[in-house]
Amino acid sequence: MKAPLPYCVLLTASCLVLASCGAQPAFAIANASPERGKQTIESYGCGSCHVIPGVTGARGMAGPPLISWSRRGIIAGHLPNTPDNLVAWIVDPPKYSPGTAMPKLGVSEAEARDIAAYLYTLR
Amino acid sequence: MACAGSLLLLSACGAPQSALNPRGPASSEIALLWWVLFWISVAVTVVVFGSLGWALFRPRHAPDATRTESPRLFLVLGVAIPSIILIGTFGLNMRTILATATPGSPPAVDLQIVGRQWWWEVRYVQPGPSFTTANELHIPVGQPVHLELLAPDVIHSFWVPELQKKTDMIPGQTNSTWIQADEPGDYRGQCAEYCGEQHGHMAFHVVAQPPDQFQAWLAAQQKPAAQPGPDQSRGVQVFSSAGCIGCHAIRYGSGAVGGGIGPDLTHLASRSTIAAGELANNRGNLGGWIVNSQAIKPGNYMPPIPISGDDLQALLDYLESLK
Repeated sequence: MKAPLPYCVLLTASCLVLASCGAQPAFAIANASPERGKQTIESYGCGSCHVIPGVTGARGMAGPPLISWSRRGIIAGHLPNTPDNLVAWIVDPPKYSPGTAMPKLGVSEAEARDIAAYLYTLR
Repeated sequence: MACAGSLLLLSACGAPQSALNPRGPASSEIALLWWVLFWISVAVTVVVFGSLGWALFRPRHAPDATRTESPRLFLVLGVAIPSIILIGTFGLNMRTILATATPGSPPAVDLQIVGRQWWWEVRYVQPGPSFTTANELHIPVGQPVHLELLAPDVIHSFWVPELQKKTDMIPGQTNSTWIQADEPGDYRGQCAEYCGEQHGHMAFHVVAQPPDQFQAWLAAQQKPAAQPGPDQSRGVQVFSSAGCIGCHAIRYGSGAVGGGIGPDLTHLASRSTIAAGELANNRGNLGGWIVNSQAIKPGNYMPPIPISGDDLQALLDYLESLK
């Protein structure tokens, strides 16, 4: 039995839509590398507090899991999830949320940009 | 092909924790024994499978004139040669046991290692004054170090594959062994006897240093903790109020404050790892471990610590000052 033409068109269109959902990060961050960011995440021990998909040993349950980070709306309960806010937050959490348990780890802005680039690959 | 493949695999054992990458006198003896047994096994395998192949594939069309009824061949192949090999390897084994039993010279450094679920208490006894640390041994290069091995809970086994022979730690019994590294380096060891839920995450490091560096490390560790300054005063309070002090000791002046259950934290910040080799010792890992170590090593004896953000930051500042 032949499928009616409109269904074929619809099916092809859905395939195209699906194919466009590749591994492109939600936000592109200039001069930042998600691969480097992943290593930086490992070296600072982020995974002891956060579950972070793709990062070895990142099974911590002290802070929120960072699953599907690119689809999160708010950082730290009050900052819109934009690259600038994320980078600033990673560099100095207590500055933006006095009383937070997330420590200032000495992450440089360049390192934070790499970390953010990695987090935005998490869909 | 398979043989060549396995040899490639074996020669790739430059990775940490390979007994085929010996860096001390005892482990060199063990590696030598290992290779002798390996090549004997290769030779026996070749002879056995060669004979089997010959028996299967030899030409059969001619009348079998070469067949011998004499049992001599079978006695030689089946009894004499295996006996020589077995007695020879037994002798070699005995030689290795003797050679690794005692060090070449009397040890100048005396340690007690206590295996616990799931970390290592390390007590430096001689040269004094004695002190306690955890999960990290420092030893002088080229000198034997005597180890007394204890286990108050269950059986553990102390093993640094690159340096020493595996030695069990048995409750109610004191075993002793020795360790020596001939090259400076950081050698990883781990528990080699299943001891419960986190057995797989019970590692430690042996740092072999030139004697002068070792002496400097020893002198620093023998000192009590630095008196906390005004920046650490809130952290000191949190250390008590959050209950850390109930399990972890910190030495001040003549005596220790608290402790008895978990690792001594007098010079915590000088160690390279926390949680028995599980995590690099940095602020991020330390914070996550304190708040909820159960997510990292489920079943370990440290409970999740209910603590406010500010208290955690203060506690981290204090712990990081314990150099």
